[in-house]
Amino acid sequence: MDKMTTILQPDHATFPGMSEPAKSRAMRHVRGLSDRTIAWLFVAPTIALLLAINIFPLVWMIRLSFTSLNLSMSYLPLRFVGLDNFSDILTDEDVWIRLQTTAQFVIWSVALQVIIGFGLALLINRQFRGHSFWTTIILLPMMLSPAVVGNFWTLLLQPQIGPFNYLISLFTGVPPSSFSMTGQVSLAPWTIVLVDSWMWSPYVMLICLAGLRSIPDYIYEAAEVDRASAWRQFWSITLPMTVPFLMLAVLFRAIENFKMFDMVNLLTSGGPGSTTELVSITLKRAAFEKWRTGYSSALAIILFVTVFGAANIYVKALNKVKQR
Amino acid sequence: MSDSATAKTGVSRWFPRGPWEAGAMTLIGGGIIMLVQPWSIDLYGYSFVTILAGTASYVIVSHYPE
Repeated sequence: MDKMTTILQPDHATFPGMSEPAKSRAMRHVRGLSDRTIAWLFVAPTIALLLAINIFPLVWMIRLSFTSLNLSMSYLPLRFVGLDNFSDILTDEDVWIRLQTTAQFVIWSVALQVIIGFGLALLINRQFRGHSFWTTIILLPMMLSPAVVGNFWTLLLQPQIGPFNYLISLFTGVPPSSFSMTGQVSLAPWTIVLVDSWMWSPYVMLICLAGLRSIPDYIYEAAEVDRASAWRQFWSITLPMTVPFLMLAVLFRAIENFKMFDMVNLLTSGGPGSTTELVSITLKRAAFEKWRTGYSSALAIILFVTVFGAANIYVKALNKVKQR
Repeated sequence: MSDSATAKTGVSRWFPRGPWEAGAMTLIGGGIIMLVQPWSIDLYGYSFVTILAGTASYVIVSHYPE
């Protein structure tokens, strides 16, 4: 009990028989640093790291976006060009088309992921035998790195040796080597949508499953008492109560797909031509192939502000779901 | 009623967070649609300013009283 007292009330127990001012002096000596100082000491390395690897590059990029810096000619003096880089981007039809390509990729892949993810969640929510095993199997693609997914889908989609083309030919009778999923203008955009949906539908499934599990059973029991059909229960209970979760999934996947780079770069590198060139690939090409650092910094800021704006809406939606 | 309470009521009346936040979010959403729409390059040209205005105003209005 004495030990406990010492731990809980060190001020009174550690200096028995001392006057109050002497105790206070002794405590200051023992502590040395105030609680606030100690808290700052613990937080300081994190803040320093954050400033060094997040804030400093961001501020530097903002500075560069107002210059004409070209890293292939870095010996030239840095020239301040004001808003010229922004103006160039916002009047450039090529960048505009790349943004449209990105939007089409986002719309189709998110739509497919929501349909597949919600369907899988409805299936998994029925507590059938072995559902835990199947849940783990379904979640596997989501756990892989996009680089791994990009590489092995490149192999799977090879026209000569890839099993995907053989599978398609089995059902359609079209010779396997007569088409290339990543090399044909008409097929490549759908290929990146397909692979992205394969990888991220399980994530949407998880969010939808959380939504489905949050619906209280008594609502369904009341509907049963009212002799509502399964279809009616789905439209009047399941879907409306899962919509906030679906919105959350849509926003999160839309933001992620807007930034998509690694998987698409590995699968098609933006080709054939520029059919699958997402805006992130345009950014990489401007920065590290054309070495237009000022221009690419301005493009990066435009994308950053767009994603930041969308993320604000996402956080708002997240808070609404939390309040439920 | 004290001065501060009156002032607070005035602030809450003129700057309620809900409608202002909705307005800022509409501006952000509209800007994103302007950025990726395929019809008018003029709309595309003004998209970044719209998103920036929406985002900046959202950051400000999210500090308004409930």
